[in-house]
Amino acid sequence: MHVLLLKATTAFYLVGSVLYLYFIVTLKERGARLGRMFLMAGVVLHAAGFALRYAEAGYTPVTNLFESLSFFALTIAGAFLVVEIRYNLRTLGAFVAPLAFAFSIFAAFLPGEVAGLAPALNSYWLPIHVLLLFIGDAVFAVAFGAGIMYLLQEKQVKSKRMGPLFRRLPSLEVLDEINYRCLTIGFPLLTMGIITGSIWAEYAWGSYWSWDPKETWSLITWLLYAALLHGRLTVGWRGRKAAILAIIGFCAVLFTFLGVNLLLPGLHSYSNLSR
Amino acid sequence: MGQIIIIGVNHRTAPVEIRERLAFPPEAMGRALRGLLEKESLKEGVILSTCNRVEVCSLARQGFLGTAEVKEFLAAYHAIPSEELNGYLYHYEGDEAVKHMFRVASSLDSMVLGEPQILGQVKDAYGYGAEFQTIGPILDKFFAKTFSVAKRVRTETRVASSAVSVSYAAVELARKIFGELSDKTAMLIGAGEMCELAARHLLSAGVRGIMVTNRTFERAVKLAEEFGGTPIRFDELPVHLKRADIVLSSTGAPHFIIRKHDVEEVIRIRKNRPMFFIDMAVPRDIDPDANQVDNVYVYDIDDLNNVIDLNLEERQKEAVKAEEIVEEEVRAFRRWLDAQQVTPTIITLRRKYEEVKNVEVAKAVSMLGAEDPKTRKVVESLASSLLNKILHAPIASLKKDADGRNQMELVALVREIFDLPEASGRTEDGDSAETGQTTRE
Repeated sequence: MHVLLLKATTAFYLVGSVLYLYFIVTLKERGARLGRMFLMAGVVLHAAGFALRYAEAGYTPVTNLFESLSFFALTIAGAFLVVEIRYNLRTLGAFVAPLAFAFSIFAAFLPGEVAGLAPALNSYWLPIHVLLLFIGDAVFAVAFGAGIMYLLQEKQVKSKRMGPLFRRLPSLEVLDEINYRCLTIGFPLLTMGIITGSIWAEYAWGSYWSWDPKETWSLITWLLYAALLHGRLTVGWRGRKAAILAIIGFCAVLFTFLGVNLLLPGLHSYSNLSR
Repeated sequence: MGQIIIIGVNHRTAPVEIRERLAFPPEAMGRALRGLLEKESLKEGVILSTCNRVEVCSLARQGFLGTAEVKEFLAAYHAIPSEELNGYLYHYEGDEAVKHMFRVASSLDSMVLGEPQILGQVKDAYGYGAEFQTIGPILDKFFAKTFSVAKRVRTETRVASSAVSVSYAAVELARKIFGELSDKTAMLIGAGEMCELAARHLLSAGVRGIMVTNRTFERAVKLAEEFGGTPIRFDELPVHLKRADIVLSSTGAPHFIIRKHDVEEVIRIRKNRPMFFIDMAVPRDIDPDANQVDNVYVYDIDDLNNVIDLNLEERQKEAVKAEEIVEEEVRAFRRWLDAQQVTPTIITLRRKYEEVKNVEVAKAVSMLGAEDPKTRKVVESLASSLLNKILHAPIASLKKDADGRNQMELVALVREIFDLPEASGRTEDGDSAETGQTTRE
């Protein structure tokens, strides 16, 4: 039941993404309204699926690739909805909702059965560590979408050649503010996620930090966002520079999450494709 | 019941010297409208007078007669010889007139396609007509329809969506850069007319404050007062520049007054908070290379004109859609008008033969010399039922298929064979008001 639920939400994210894209092309209000409804329904069903799976498995089901991808899709959709409603920024949907769909459909192609918990993961730290990181990463995904929008809009204003997107995209200032807000929320989550992981590693593996590829790449990601936050607060990095860094930062997030799992063996290999 | 006619001039047919002589100032409107309706064949009338057009819209018993009378009226009222005036005037009758008014109110006939003021001006013209009671049921419905067509055009097309004046284009750009303007400060350098206009637009768009500077400080003080802003001494400009988010400049300086490295320095002090420079001066005041600085946007007058050209192109495209809406609505209004023709015809028909009946009944009663009410009643009821039975068939066929194509011909035929006078008199208007005046928006 929960597997079906987790996989079926893909369809909601797909329809939601298509509706948001329809909205940005035609500017028909109904597209955005329906898109939001489909995404909300997707999030509710998705969360219900995870609750059922938790009940059956007896542990927080974010331990293999299927579960992680699916959960990431859920957190992205959730973070997007919060920002979309908070800023009434309907065009954001065309840029972020497809991300939720992409992770969701990736997950849908993987086997979804509950596989049992590796002994090393049997810990209270599991939900804390993973939730912090995934919510943080989802917030960065929103910043990534806003960053792309910023670059598109900025290019038009700077070059003085206004295309059809000029009218559709929001103001530069709003997009930059989203970049900043996401940074101030995502960065502490990422930081705490890494710290809790480190404490857990001390319990589980006997060392706070062992330069495992996942750890190394988390650190790289963290440094990128730390640089952006520092630049913003001290010398006023903003606008284009901040948008580019948010995009690079999210690429690092993706590599830390997927690239490391799929390409680099290490201590964190609970969720590669072979499992 | 007559025909809607429009006679007038606009910016394309008449130079301003003619338009200004033809204009009707608001205080003259009452006299003008009453004068208009003194003409024999004009039943209802509205006068639209703006700086780009003067148009008389009227309901005339007969189109060509009415047109001639309106022309006479215009020439006499403004004391312009007819032969001089006629070369500038255009005139429309029937569907053409309806279409023209729909296009005018939808701003498809405006000098600047899609400009928003014209609808308000048409509404004012209607208001005068209503105030001086020169609007009857037909024009009333016509103008209600005109307003709804204009509204449809505005909501269903983007004919009026993007800015097509330099000053509005500047505000629109500022909105795309800054979003909310309510926490932004503008600076006005120099005193170009377009700059002042843009500053006014920015203020009404909600800009928080405005600094004004000028080589002559007194001028700055005066302008600042006018805008509710702060005057700044010209030599202190570099000190205050950092507080400005939007800079409007149009001085007569022969060289750049703000150079690229000035901007680099200011933007550093501002910690990269964006700046928008609008340079309306020729020769330019702001080094265009400053646009290369991150978070700085420099638009000169040509850049703004390019933006406007693009927007105008878009409006042209949208205008095609708008014309389709107008055509559709003209057809709808035509159907409504046609349906109106029947009612006054039936009323005139009945009234005419009621009179015949009354005369004949009176004659018969007096010939019988009978005083008793019973005889009188019998004669009267005989006449009534005879009349009703004779008129039943023509009235039924008039009422049948009120939307039909041959309606107007049928009405004309009935009028001819029953020898009805040309539809006339305010009473008929009053009657058709019951059927026609129901859908005021």
